[in-house]
Amino acid sequence: MRRAPSHSYPGLNLGEDHASADKFSEVVTFGFWVFLMSDLVYFGLMFAIYITMIDAQAGGPGPHELFDLRSIFAQTLILLTSSLTVGLAMLALKYNLPRARIVLLFGVTLALGLSFLVLEIRDFMAIVDKGGIPQRSGFLSAFYGLVPLHGLHVAAGCLWLIVLGIQLRVMGLTDLLMSRVVRLALFWHFLDLIWIGIITIVYFGGLTYG
Amino acid sequence: MDRRTELHRRERRRYMIGYGGSLLLTLVVFSIAYLFGIETRGVYLTIGLLGLAQLIVQLVYFLHIDRRRSSREDLDLILFSTLVLLIIILGTVWILGNLAIRMHVHPM
Repeated sequence: MRRAPSHSYPGLNLGEDHASADKFSEVVTFGFWVFLMSDLVYFGLMFAIYITMIDAQAGGPGPHELFDLRSIFAQTLILLTSSLTVGLAMLALKYNLPRARIVLLFGVTLALGLSFLVLEIRDFMAIVDKGGIPQRSGFLSAFYGLVPLHGLHVAAGCLWLIVLGIQLRVMGLTDLLMSRVVRLALFWHFLDLIWIGIITIVYFGGLTYG
Repeated sequence: MDRRTELHRRERRRYMIGYGGSLLLTLVVFSIAYLFGIETRGVYLTIGLLGLAQLIVQLVYFLHIDRRRSSREDLDLILFSTLVLLIIILGTVWILGNLAIRMHVHPM
């Protein structure tokens, strides 16, 4: 077995085949990690508020009436699969696979991201129909502060994906774009990590303690 | 087989292991919720631990974070942020939870 190549920065790396892009990525990827970590602190605050607000239902609808676990399950599978496809798309670019394969993988990622958003918005609409509006209780305010924030990140990720697709088509695969694709993959994986926190704390935690 | 193909296969295998592991953990978590209901602390503790396990699987196999192959300074950023986060979350939950008990909000 050959020893795995060493990494110059944490997380996804471009490696020696893209030496110039890799060198460039070292600084910006560090900067991007700083952004991700401050975003993580933001999410952490929203999680903390949600945990303290689980009981504050003020006689309004609670987790048992509002949450639809089957839809959450579908969203989880969709987001997890999109996290895989965005990683594979990055690898396809990195190793110069045929163009059709790259387009397919990015297309599937975008489709999965959008279907996640559709399911999530349908969930919110169902919750609103049952009287679960943000101003109803502290619990619902905390819920709407946290879960749609994640959805907004996914929407931003989809937009980023579309813009990158256009840039790749116009500019071709430059070092700059390669390093942007790496950051998009980091961002997407990060959103899947946050989602694990959301299903564990918001949905299962809400159903257990709410 | 040339070096690039080998590297590609190895990286793809990492992703597949990460995906398989995460998928398995997700299925187990939702089966537990379906079979046992989500009412007791024991069930929730199990779900929480499985969630933590999935977090670690994805950090290692998707984000490629590990002590061995990453540069130490940058990893320090991640670990420090995690520390700040834990202080914020645990501190908030502790203080506000304690306040709720003293104000008799919780049926204790």
